[in-house]
Amino acid sequence: MPTISYIQPDGSTVSVDAEPGVSIMQAATMNDIDGIVAECGGNAMCATCHVYVESHLDQLPEMSEDEDALLYSAAAERKPNSRLCCQIPATEALDGLIVRVPQAE
Amino acid sequence: MSEQIVIVGAGHGGFQTVVALRQYGYVGKIVLIESDTHLPYQRPPLSKAFMKGDISAEALCFKPERYYGDHNIERISKQATAIDRPNRRVVLDDGSTVPYMHLILATGACNRPLTIPGSDLDGVHGLRTLTDAAALSHRLKTATSVAVIGAGFIGLEFAAVARAAGATVHVIELAGRPMARAVSEPVSAFFTDALSGTGIHFHFNQTTERIIGVQGSVTGVETSQGESLEADLVVYGIGVTPNAQLASEAGIKCANGIIVDECLTSSDPDVSAIGDCASFPQADTGELIRLESVQNAADQARCVAKKLTKGAERFAVVPWFWSEQGNLKLQIAGLSTGHDQTLVLGDPAANRYSVLCFKNSVLIAVESVNAPADHMIARRILSSTIRPSYEEACSKAFTLKSWEASTKESPAQHEAESARTHLCG
Repeated sequence: MPTISYIQPDGSTVSVDAEPGVSIMQAATMNDIDGIVAECGGNAMCATCHVYVESHLDQLPEMSEDEDALLYSAAAERKPNSRLCCQIPATEALDGLIVRVPQAE
Repeated sequence: MSEQIVIVGAGHGGFQTVVALRQYGYVGKIVLIESDTHLPYQRPPLSKAFMKGDISAEALCFKPERYYGDHNIERISKQATAIDRPNRRVVLDDGSTVPYMHLILATGACNRPLTIPGSDLDGVHGLRTLTDAAALSHRLKTATSVAVIGAGFIGLEFAAVARAAGATVHVIELAGRPMARAVSEPVSAFFTDALSGTGIHFHFNQTTERIIGVQGSVTGVETSQGESLEADLVVYGIGVTPNAQLASEAGIKCANGIIVDECLTSSDPDVSAIGDCASFPQADTGELIRLESVQNAADQARCVAKKLTKGAERFAVVPWFWSEQGNLKLQIAGLSTGHDQTLVLGDPAANRYSVLCFKNSVLIAVESVNAPADHMIARRILSSTIRPSYEEACSKAFTLKSWEASTKESPAQHEAESARTHLCG
Protein backbone atom coordinates (compact mmCIF):
# COMPACT_ATOMS: atom_id res chain seq x y z
CA MET A 1 0.00 0.00 0.00
CA PRO A 2 1.66 3.26 -1.05
CA THR A 3 2.07 5.99 1.54
CA ILE A 4 0.78 9.40 0.50
CA SER A 5 1.51 12.58 2.45
CA TYR A 6 -0.72 15.63 2.42
CA ILE A 7 0.66 18.99 3.54
CA GLN A 8 -1.92 21.51 4.77
CA PRO A 9 -1.58 25.30 4.29
CA ASP A 10 -0.47 25.57 7.93
CA GLY A 11 2.43 23.22 7.25
CA SER A 12 1.03 20.25 9.15
CA THR A 13 1.43 16.92 7.35
CA VAL A 14 -0.69 13.79 7.47
CA SER A 15 0.52 10.56 5.88
CA VAL A 16 -1.87 7.79 4.98
CA ASP A 17 -1.64 4.32 3.50
CA ALA A 18 -3.69 4.30 0.32
CA GLU A 19 -5.92 1.28 -0.30
CA PRO A 20 -5.10 -0.54 -3.55
CA GLY A 21 -6.98 0.89 -6.53
CA VAL A 22 -7.99 4.22 -5.03
CA SER A 23 -7.07 7.67 -6.28
CA ILE A 24 -5.07 10.21 -4.29
CA MET A 25 -8.40 12.02 -3.81
CA GLN A 26 -10.15 8.93 -2.42
CA ALA A 27 -7.21 8.21 -0.11
CA ALA A 28 -7.71 11.74 1.23
CA THR A 29 -11.47 11.59 1.70
CA MET A 30 -11.36 8.08 3.19
CA ASN A 31 -8.82 9.32 5.74
CA ASP A 32 -10.61 12.56 6.50
CA ILE A 33 -7.90 14.87 5.12
CA ASP A 34 -9.08 18.49 5.18
CA GLY A 35 -9.25 20.62 2.08
CA ILE A 36 -9.67 17.94 -0.55
CA VAL A 37 -13.28 17.91 -1.61
CA ALA A 38 -14.74 15.60 -4.21
CA GLU A 39 -17.79 17.54 -5.32
CA CYS A 40 -18.26 15.49 -8.46
CA GLY A 41 -17.22 12.24 -6.80
CA GLY A 42 -13.93 11.93 -8.69
CA ASN A 43 -15.17 12.23 -12.25
CA ALA A 44 -13.05 15.14 -13.54
CA MET A 45 -16.13 17.35 -13.63
CA CYS A 46 -15.21 19.97 -11.04
CA ALA A 47 -11.90 21.18 -9.62
CA THR A 48 -12.34 20.74 -5.91
CA CYS A 49 -9.65 18.06 -5.53
CA HIS A 50 -6.97 20.38 -6.87
CA VAL A 51 -3.54 19.81 -5.26
CA TYR A 52 0.07 20.84 -5.89
CA VAL A 53 2.17 17.74 -6.45
CA GLU A 54 5.54 18.07 -4.74
CA SER A 55 7.24 14.79 -5.72
CA HIS A 56 7.22 11.98 -8.31
CA LEU A 57 6.31 14.49 -11.00
CA ASP A 58 7.54 12.31 -13.85
CA GLN A 59 5.62 9.29 -12.58
CA LEU A 60 2.19 10.86 -12.73
CA PRO A 61 -0.27 9.79 -15.42
CA GLU A 62 -0.59 12.20 -18.34
CA MET A 63 -3.06 15.00 -17.88
CA SER A 64 -6.19 14.74 -20.05
CA GLU A 65 -7.60 17.71 -21.97
CA ASP A 66 -10.54 17.81 -19.58
CA GLU A 67 -8.33 17.94 -16.50
CA ASP A 68 -6.25 20.65 -18.13
CA ALA A 69 -9.35 22.73 -18.87
CA LEU A 70 -10.76 22.23 -15.38
CA LEU A 71 -7.54 23.28 -13.66
CA TYR A 72 -8.05 26.76 -15.10
CA SER A 73 -11.28 26.84 -13.12
CA ALA A 74 -9.79 25.76 -9.81
CA ALA A 75 -10.36 28.10 -6.88
CA ALA A 76 -6.70 28.28 -5.92
CA GLU A 77 -4.00 29.60 -8.28
CA ARG A 78 -2.96 27.13 -10.94
CA LYS A 79 0.75 26.26 -10.84
CA PRO A 80 2.87 24.02 -13.07
CA ASN A 81 2.53 21.21 -10.53
CA SER A 82 -1.25 21.54 -10.19
CA ARG A 83 -3.25 18.35 -10.68
CA LEU A 84 -6.74 17.07 -9.92
CA CYS A 85 -5.90 14.28 -7.53
CA CYS A 86 -8.97 12.22 -8.45
CA GLN A 87 -7.11 11.57 -11.70
CA ILE A 88 -4.03 10.13 -10.02
CA PRO A 89 -4.32 6.47 -8.99
CA ALA A 90 -2.33 5.60 -5.86
CA THR A 91 0.08 3.08 -7.38
CA GLU A 92 3.16 1.54 -5.76
CA ALA A 93 5.30 3.73 -8.01
CA LEU A 94 3.89 6.71 -6.12
CA ASP A 95 4.82 5.38 -2.69
CA GLY A 96 6.06 8.38 -0.72
CA LEU A 97 4.11 10.88 -2.85
CA ILE A 98 3.80 14.33 -1.32
CA VAL A 99 1.00 16.67 -2.24
CA ARG A 100 0.25 20.14 -0.94
CA VAL A 101 -3.34 21.12 -0.25
CA PRO A 102 -4.11 24.63 -1.55
CA GLN A 103 -5.42 27.39 0.70
CA ALA A 104 -9.24 27.19 0.73
CA GLU A 105 -10.99 30.22 -0.80
CA MET B 1 -32.72 23.62 26.53
CA SER B 2 -30.49 21.36 24.50
CA GLU B 3 -27.56 22.94 22.70
CA GLN B 4 -27.27 20.29 20.05
CA ILE B 5 -27.97 20.55 16.33
CA VAL B 6 -30.08 17.70 15.01
CA ILE B 7 -30.20 16.64 11.37
CA VAL B 8 -32.80 14.22 10.03
CA GLY B 9 -31.54 12.46 6.92
CA ALA B 10 -27.96 11.43 6.13
CA GLY B 11 -27.99 11.73 2.37
CA HIS B 12 -25.89 14.32 0.59
CA GLY B 13 -27.67 17.24 2.28
CA GLY B 14 -27.54 15.86 5.81
CA PHE B 15 -23.96 14.66 5.51
CA GLN B 16 -22.64 17.91 4.03
CA THR B 17 -24.36 19.83 6.83
CA VAL B 18 -22.32 17.85 9.35
CA VAL B 19 -19.05 18.47 7.48
CA ALA B 20 -19.77 22.16 6.93
CA LEU B 21 -20.75 22.78 10.57
CA ARG B 22 -17.40 21.41 11.70
CA GLN B 23 -15.50 23.24 8.95
CA TYR B 24 -17.09 26.55 9.96
CA GLY B 25 -16.13 26.00 13.57
CA TYR B 26 -19.23 24.65 15.25
CA VAL B 27 -17.96 22.66 18.23
CA GLY B 28 -21.24 21.59 19.86
CA LYS B 29 -22.81 18.16 19.60
CA ILE B 30 -24.39 17.16 16.30
CA VAL B 31 -26.92 14.35 16.04
CA LEU B 32 -27.52 12.71 12.65
CA ILE B 33 -30.70 10.64 12.43
CA GLU B 34 -31.05 8.27 9.49
CA SER B 35 -33.10 5.09 9.20
CA ASP B 36 -30.85 3.58 6.48
CA THR B 37 -28.35 1.56 8.51
CA HIS B 38 -25.48 1.95 6.05
CA LEU B 39 -22.82 4.53 6.90
CA PRO B 40 -23.73 7.70 4.98
CA TYR B 41 -22.85 7.20 1.33
CA GLN B 42 -22.74 8.91 -2.07
CA ARG B 43 -25.67 8.45 -4.41
CA PRO B 44 -24.40 9.34 -7.92
CA PRO B 45 -22.22 6.25 -8.33
CA LEU B 46 -25.20 3.95 -7.60
CA SER B 47 -26.38 4.25 -11.21
CA LYS B 48 -22.87 4.42 -12.66
CA ALA B 49 -19.64 2.90 -11.31
CA PHE B 50 -21.33 0.90 -8.55
CA MET B 51 -23.97 -0.46 -10.93
CA LYS B 52 -21.19 -1.51 -13.32
CA GLY B 53 -19.41 -3.27 -10.49
CA ASP B 54 -16.37 -0.97 -10.69
CA ILE B 55 -16.48 0.06 -7.05
CA SER B 56 -17.53 -1.53 -3.78
CA ALA B 57 -20.18 -0.37 -1.33
CA GLU B 58 -17.41 0.57 1.12
CA ALA B 59 -15.91 2.98 -1.39
CA LEU B 60 -19.25 4.81 -1.55
CA CYS B 61 -19.10 5.92 2.08
CA PHE B 62 -18.45 9.62 2.50
CA LYS B 63 -16.29 8.96 5.55
CA PRO B 64 -15.16 5.94 7.55
CA GLU B 65 -17.05 5.13 10.74
CA ARG B 66 -14.45 6.63 13.03
CA TYR B 67 -15.01 10.07 11.48
CA TYR B 68 -18.29 10.46 13.34
CA GLY B 69 -16.97 9.59 16.80
CA ASP B 70 -13.80 11.62 16.18
CA HIS B 71 -15.88 14.71 15.39
CA ASN B 72 -18.49 14.38 18.17
CA ILE B 73 -21.25 13.39 15.79
CA GLU B 74 -23.80 10.95 17.14
CA ARG B 75 -25.39 8.74 14.48
CA ILE B 76 -28.81 7.36 15.32
CA SER B 77 -30.00 4.61 12.99
CA LYS B 78 -33.70 4.95 13.67
CA GLN B 79 -36.72 6.40 11.91
CA ALA B 80 -37.85 9.86 12.98
CA THR B 81 -41.62 9.66 13.34
CA ALA B 82 -42.60 13.12 14.58
CA ILE B 83 -41.35 16.58 15.43
CA ASP B 84 -42.55 17.80 18.82
CA ARG B 85 -42.10 21.48 18.04
CA PRO B 86 -43.37 22.99 21.29
CA ASN B 87 -40.73 20.96 23.15
CA ARG B 88 -38.13 21.21 20.41
CA ARG B 89 -37.47 17.53 20.06
CA VAL B 90 -37.64 14.81 17.42
CA VAL B 91 -39.55 11.64 18.27
CA LEU B 92 -38.09 8.34 17.02
CA ASP B 93 -39.83 5.08 16.12
CA ASP B 94 -38.94 3.51 19.44
CA GLY B 95 -40.59 6.36 21.34
CA SER B 96 -37.31 7.97 22.42
CA THR B 97 -36.80 11.68 21.82
CA VAL B 98 -33.89 13.81 20.63
CA PRO B 99 -33.91 17.42 21.80
CA TYR B 100 -32.66 20.15 19.46
CA MET B 101 -31.55 23.74 19.53
CA HIS B 102 -31.92 23.78 15.77
CA LEU B 103 -33.32 21.08 13.51
CA ILE B 104 -32.34 20.53 9.89
CA LEU B 105 -34.64 18.42 7.75
CA ALA B 106 -32.68 16.75 4.96
CA THR B 107 -35.21 14.01 4.42
CA GLY B 108 -34.87 13.88 0.65
CA ALA B 109 -37.47 12.36 -1.60
CA CYS B 110 -38.78 8.91 -2.37
CA ASN B 111 -39.43 7.22 -5.70
CA ARG B 112 -42.89 7.55 -7.13
CA PRO B 113 -44.03 3.93 -7.07
CA LEU B 114 -44.99 1.93 -10.10
CA THR B 115 -48.61 0.83 -9.75
CA ILE B 116 -49.50 -0.71 -13.11
CA PRO B 117 -50.53 -4.37 -13.19
CA GLY B 118 -47.51 -6.60 -12.69
CA SER B 119 -45.51 -4.03 -10.70
CA ASP B 120 -45.08 -6.47 -7.87
CA LEU B 121 -43.54 -9.21 -10.01
CA ASP B 122 -40.04 -10.34 -9.21
CA GLY B 123 -37.62 -8.45 -11.45
CA VAL B 124 -39.24 -5.02 -11.19
CA HIS B 125 -36.86 -2.53 -9.57
CA GLY B 126 -36.63 1.10 -8.55
CA LEU B 127 -33.29 2.77 -7.93
CA ARG B 128 -32.68 5.22 -5.15
CA THR B 129 -30.75 3.67 -2.28
CA LEU B 130 -27.71 1.47 -1.89
CA THR B 131 -30.01 -1.44 -1.07
CA ASP B 132 -31.87 -0.85 -4.36
CA ALA B 133 -28.64 -0.55 -6.31
CA ALA B 134 -27.09 -3.70 -4.85
CA ALA B 135 -30.19 -5.75 -5.70
CA LEU B 136 -30.39 -4.28 -9.18
CA SER B 137 -26.68 -4.69 -9.93
CA HIS B 138 -26.95 -8.32 -8.96
CA ARG B 139 -30.04 -8.85 -11.13
CA LEU B 140 -28.41 -7.11 -14.08
CA LYS B 141 -25.67 -9.76 -14.19
CA THR B 142 -28.14 -12.33 -15.51
CA ALA B 143 -30.57 -10.07 -17.39
CA THR B 144 -30.82 -10.47 -21.15
CA SER B 145 -33.51 -7.92 -21.96
CA VAL B 146 -34.25 -4.82 -19.91
CA ALA B 147 -37.25 -2.51 -20.04
CA VAL B 148 -36.63 0.93 -18.56
CA ILE B 149 -39.74 2.90 -17.69
CA GLY B 150 -38.97 6.61 -17.77
CA ALA B 151 -36.30 8.38 -19.81
CA GLY B 152 -35.17 10.70 -17.05
CA PHE B 153 -31.62 10.81 -15.72
CA ILE B 154 -31.88 7.66 -13.63
CA GLY B 155 -33.53 5.66 -16.40
CA LEU B 156 -30.96 6.70 -18.98
CA GLU B 157 -27.95 6.19 -16.74
CA PHE B 158 -29.14 2.70 -15.96
CA ALA B 159 -30.02 2.02 -19.60
CA ALA B 160 -26.47 2.96 -20.63
CA VAL B 161 -24.95 0.59 -18.05
CA ALA B 162 -27.34 -2.23 -19.01
CA ARG B 163 -26.57 -1.76 -22.70
CA ALA B 164 -22.81 -1.76 -22.05
CA ALA B 165 -23.31 -5.03 -20.15
CA GLY B 166 -24.74 -6.52 -23.33
CA ALA B 167 -28.45 -6.60 -22.56
CA THR B 168 -31.16 -5.62 -25.04
CA VAL B 169 -32.53 -2.35 -23.72
CA HIS B 170 -35.90 -0.73 -24.33
CA VAL B 171 -36.69 2.69 -22.85
CA ILE B 172 -40.36 3.63 -22.64
CA GLU B 173 -41.14 7.31 -22.13
CA LEU B 174 -44.39 9.23 -21.82
CA ALA B 175 -43.01 12.43 -23.35
CA GLY B 176 -41.82 12.82 -26.90
CA ARG B 177 -38.18 13.07 -25.92
CA PRO B 178 -35.82 12.03 -23.10
CA MET B 179 -35.12 14.18 -20.01
CA ALA B 180 -38.00 16.39 -21.17
CA ARG B 181 -38.39 18.14 -17.80
CA ALA B 182 -34.79 19.14 -17.51
CA VAL B 183 -33.05 19.68 -20.83
CA SER B 184 -33.54 21.57 -24.08
CA GLU B 185 -34.77 19.95 -27.26
CA PRO B 186 -31.34 19.96 -28.92
CA VAL B 187 -29.84 18.04 -25.98
CA SER B 188 -32.73 15.57 -25.97
CA ALA B 189 -32.21 15.01 -29.69
CA PHE B 190 -28.44 14.56 -29.37
CA PHE B 191 -28.88 12.05 -26.56
CA THR B 192 -31.57 10.11 -28.39
CA ASP B 193 -29.21 9.81 -31.36
CA ALA B 194 -26.14 8.95 -29.32
CA LEU B 195 -27.86 6.40 -27.08
CA SER B 196 -29.76 4.86 -30.00
CA GLY B 197 -26.38 4.54 -31.66
CA THR B 198 -25.31 2.19 -28.88
CA GLY B 199 -28.33 0.00 -29.59
CA ILE B 200 -30.81 1.31 -27.03
CA HIS B 201 -34.38 1.23 -28.35
CA PHE B 202 -36.54 4.24 -27.49
CA HIS B 203 -40.35 4.17 -27.36
CA PHE B 204 -41.58 7.74 -26.96
CA ASN B 205 -45.11 9.03 -26.36
CA GLN B 206 -46.02 5.76 -24.71
CA THR B 207 -46.84 4.51 -21.27
CA THR B 208 -46.28 1.03 -19.98
CA GLU B 209 -49.71 -0.46 -19.52
CA ARG B 210 -48.78 -3.68 -17.78
CA ILE B 211 -45.92 -5.90 -16.83
CA ILE B 212 -46.38 -9.58 -17.55
CA GLY B 213 -44.70 -12.51 -15.93
CA VAL B 214 -44.50 -16.24 -15.59
CA GLN B 215 -44.42 -17.94 -12.19
CA GLY B 216 -44.07 -14.60 -10.47
CA SER B 217 -41.12 -13.33 -12.50
CA VAL B 218 -41.22 -10.66 -15.16
CA THR B 219 -41.10 -11.75 -18.81
CA GLY B 220 -42.23 -8.63 -20.64
CA VAL B 221 -44.06 -5.32 -20.78
CA GLU B 222 -46.94 -4.03 -22.89
CA THR B 223 -47.11 -0.40 -23.96
CA SER B 224 -50.03 1.93 -24.64
CA GLN B 225 -49.35 1.66 -28.36
CA GLY B 226 -49.79 -2.08 -28.21
CA GLU B 227 -46.09 -2.97 -28.32
CA SER B 228 -45.10 -6.15 -26.55
CA LEU B 229 -41.50 -6.06 -25.39
CA GLU B 230 -39.60 -8.98 -23.92
CA ALA B 231 -37.97 -8.17 -20.61
CA ASP B 232 -36.54 -10.20 -17.77
CA LEU B 233 -35.75 -7.04 -15.82
CA VAL B 234 -37.81 -3.88 -15.49
CA VAL B 235 -36.39 -0.70 -13.98
CA TYR B 236 -38.57 2.33 -13.38
CA GLY B 237 -37.54 5.92 -12.82
CA ILE B 238 -40.72 7.95 -12.99
CA GLY B 239 -39.95 10.76 -10.63
CA VAL B 240 -39.88 11.33 -6.91
CA THR B 241 -41.99 13.00 -4.26
CA PRO B 242 -40.43 15.03 -1.45
CA ASN B 243 -40.40 13.53 2.05
CA ALA B 244 -42.26 16.34 3.76
CA GLN B 245 -44.60 14.36 6.00
CA LEU B 246 -42.59 14.89 9.20
CA ALA B 247 -42.78 18.64 8.64
CA SER B 248 -46.38 18.85 7.47
CA GLU B 249 -47.63 16.66 10.30
CA ALA B 250 -45.87 18.99 12.72
CA GLY B 251 -47.63 22.00 11.26
CA ILE B 252 -44.68 23.35 9.24
CA LYS B 253 -45.79 24.90 5.93
CA CYS B 254 -45.35 22.60 2.94
CA ALA B 255 -46.24 22.71 -0.76
CA ASN B 256 -44.15 20.65 -3.20
CA GLY B 257 -41.83 20.02 -0.25
CA ILE B 258 -41.01 21.91 2.92
CA ILE B 259 -41.31 25.63 2.22
CA VAL B 260 -38.29 27.67 3.29
CA ASP B 261 -37.25 31.29 2.90
CA GLU B 262 -34.13 32.62 1.18
CA CYS B 263 -32.06 31.58 4.21
CA LEU B 264 -33.52 28.06 4.07
CA THR B 265 -35.52 28.55 7.28
CA SER B 266 -38.98 26.95 7.38
CA SER B 267 -42.12 28.48 8.86
CA ASP B 268 -40.63 27.42 12.22
CA PRO B 269 -37.55 29.56 12.95
CA ASP B 270 -35.82 26.65 14.71
CA VAL B 271 -36.21 24.35 11.71
CA SER B 272 -34.36 24.51 8.36
CA ALA B 273 -34.90 22.28 5.35
CA ILE B 274 -32.49 21.50 2.52
CA GLY B 275 -32.03 19.39 -0.57
CA ASP B 276 -34.61 17.29 -2.40
CA CYS B 277 -37.27 17.94 0.28
CA ALA B 278 -37.05 21.74 0.29
CA SER B 279 -39.04 24.28 -1.72
CA PHE B 280 -37.04 27.53 -1.72
CA PRO B 281 -37.20 30.93 -3.46
CA GLN B 282 -35.13 31.01 -6.64
CA ALA B 283 -32.53 33.78 -6.42
CA ASP B 284 -33.46 35.60 -9.67
CA THR B 285 -37.24 35.47 -9.53
CA GLY B 286 -38.27 34.71 -5.95
CA GLU B 287 -40.44 31.92 -7.27
CA LEU B 288 -40.47 28.76 -5.14
CA ILE B 289 -38.66 25.82 -6.69
CA ARG B 290 -37.46 22.44 -5.55
CA LEU B 291 -34.29 21.02 -7.09
CA GLU B 292 -33.35 17.37 -7.20
CA SER B 293 -29.58 17.45 -7.41
CA VAL B 294 -26.62 16.49 -5.28
CA GLN B 295 -25.02 19.89 -5.74
CA ASN B 296 -28.13 21.69 -4.55
CA ALA B 297 -28.22 19.55 -1.42
CA ALA B 298 -24.53 20.19 -0.74
CA ASP B 299 -24.74 23.93 -1.42
CA GLN B 300 -27.82 24.31 0.77
CA ALA B 301 -26.12 22.31 3.51
CA ARG B 302 -23.25 24.80 3.47
CA CYS B 303 -25.69 27.72 3.53
CA VAL B 304 -27.47 26.41 6.62
CA ALA B 305 -24.19 25.61 8.34
CA LYS B 306 -23.06 29.20 7.71
CA LYS B 307 -26.34 30.47 9.10
CA LEU B 308 -25.80 28.54 12.31
CA THR B 309 -22.17 29.53 12.76
CA LYS B 310 -21.40 32.84 11.07
CA GLY B 311 -24.76 34.39 10.32
CA ALA B 312 -27.48 33.97 7.73
CA GLU B 313 -26.80 34.44 4.05
CA ARG B 314 -29.24 34.47 1.18
CA PHE B 315 -29.07 31.21 -0.74
CA ALA B 316 -28.19 32.27 -4.25
CA VAL B 317 -26.01 29.57 -5.76
CA VAL B 318 -26.30 28.96 -9.49
CA PRO B 319 -27.89 25.52 -9.75
CA TRP B 320 -25.74 22.93 -11.44
CA PHE B 321 -26.15 19.29 -12.20
CA TRP B 322 -24.45 16.43 -13.97
CA SER B 323 -25.34 13.06 -15.45
CA GLU B 324 -23.14 10.39 -16.96
CA GLN B 325 -24.70 8.14 -19.59
CA GLY B 326 -22.20 5.79 -21.19
CA ASN B 327 -19.43 8.02 -22.56
CA LEU B 328 -21.62 11.12 -22.48
CA LYS B 329 -20.91 13.48 -19.60
CA LEU B 330 -23.72 16.00 -19.38
CA GLN B 331 -23.31 19.03 -17.13
CA ILE B 332 -25.95 21.70 -16.72
CA ALA B 333 -25.39 25.18 -15.29
CA GLY B 334 -28.50 27.21 -14.46
CA LEU B 335 -32.12 26.24 -15.07
CA SER B 336 -33.37 26.20 -18.64
CA THR B 337 -37.08 26.31 -17.74
CA GLY B 338 -38.86 28.89 -19.85
CA HIS B 339 -36.09 29.30 -22.41
CA ASP B 340 -37.20 30.57 -25.79
CA GLN B 341 -34.01 30.27 -27.86
CA THR B 342 -31.11 27.86 -27.98
CA LEU B 343 -27.71 27.99 -29.64
CA VAL B 344 -25.38 25.04 -30.15
CA LEU B 345 -21.63 25.64 -29.83
CA GLY B 346 -18.88 23.12 -30.43
CA ASP B 347 -18.87 19.80 -32.21
CA PRO B 348 -22.02 17.71 -31.72
CA ALA B 349 -20.76 15.10 -34.18
CA ALA B 350 -17.85 14.48 -31.83
CA ASN B 351 -20.19 14.50 -28.80
CA ARG B 352 -18.39 17.58 -27.48
CA TYR B 353 -20.64 20.68 -27.37
CA SER B 354 -22.63 23.12 -25.30
CA VAL B 355 -26.19 24.28 -25.80
CA LEU B 356 -26.81 27.82 -24.63
CA CYS B 357 -30.39 28.50 -23.48
CA PHE B 358 -31.75 32.04 -23.59
CA LYS B 359 -34.90 33.68 -22.28
CA ASN B 360 -35.75 37.12 -23.69
CA SER B 361 -32.27 37.07 -25.20
CA VAL B 362 -30.64 36.61 -21.77
CA LEU B 363 -28.50 33.53 -21.16
CA ILE B 364 -30.17 31.46 -18.42
CA ALA B 365 -28.60 28.03 -18.71
CA VAL B 366 -25.84 26.11 -20.46
CA GLU B 367 -25.99 22.38 -21.10
CA SER B 368 -22.55 20.95 -21.83
CA VAL B 369 -21.65 17.48 -23.05
CA ASN B 370 -18.03 16.35 -22.63
CA ALA B 371 -17.11 20.03 -22.25
CA PRO B 372 -16.28 20.57 -18.58
CA ALA B 373 -14.36 23.78 -19.23
CA ASP B 374 -17.47 25.33 -20.85
CA HIS B 375 -19.49 24.20 -17.85
CA MET B 376 -17.17 25.84 -15.32
CA ILE B 377 -17.15 29.09 -17.28
CA ALA B 378 -20.95 28.96 -17.60
CA ARG B 379 -21.31 28.64 -13.84
CA ARG B 380 -19.22 31.76 -13.37
CA ILE B 381 -21.10 33.69 -16.04
CA LEU B 382 -24.48 32.70 -14.63
CA SER B 383 -23.54 33.87 -11.16
CA SER B 384 -23.07 37.34 -12.58
CA THR B 385 -25.60 39.70 -14.14
CA ILE B 386 -23.20 40.31 -17.02
CA ARG B 387 -24.12 37.70 -19.59
CA PRO B 388 -23.83 37.27 -23.35
CA SER B 389 -26.98 38.02 -25.31
CA TYR B 390 -28.28 35.72 -27.99
CA GLU B 391 -27.04 38.16 -30.66
CA GLU B 392 -23.53 38.21 -29.23
CA ALA B 393 -23.44 34.44 -28.95
CA CYS B 394 -24.45 34.08 -32.60
CA SER B 395 -21.30 35.79 -33.85
CA LYS B 396 -18.91 33.43 -35.64
CA ALA B 397 -15.97 33.73 -33.29
CA PHE B 398 -17.97 33.45 -30.07
CA THR B 399 -16.88 30.96 -27.44
CA LEU B 400 -17.72 31.09 -23.73
CA LYS B 401 -14.00 31.24 -22.98
CA SER B 402 -13.29 34.20 -25.27
CA TRP B 403 -16.40 36.02 -24.08
CA GLU B 404 -15.46 35.61 -20.44
CA ALA B 405 -11.91 36.80 -21.18
CA SER B 406 -13.27 39.88 -22.97
CA THR B 407 -15.54 40.80 -20.04
CA LYS B 408 -12.47 40.93 -17.86
CA GLU B 409 -10.79 43.28 -20.31
CA SER B 410 -13.70 45.65 -20.88
CA PRO B 411 -16.35 45.19 -18.20
CA ALA B 412 -18.13 48.48 -18.86
CA GLN B 413 -19.02 47.56 -22.44
CA HIS B 414 -20.54 44.29 -21.32
CA GLU B 415 -22.46 45.80 -18.45
CA ALA B 416 -24.11 48.15 -20.90
CA GLU B 417 -25.02 45.30 -23.24
CA SER B 418 -26.47 43.28 -20.37
CA ALA B 419 -28.46 46.26 -19.14
CA ARG B 420 -29.90 46.66 -22.62
CA THR B 421 -31.24 43.11 -22.66
CA HIS B 422 -32.21 43.37 -18.95
CA LEU B 423 -32.01 40.37 -16.73
CA CYS B 424 -35.43 39.34 -15.48
CA GLY B 425 -37.75 39.43 -18.48
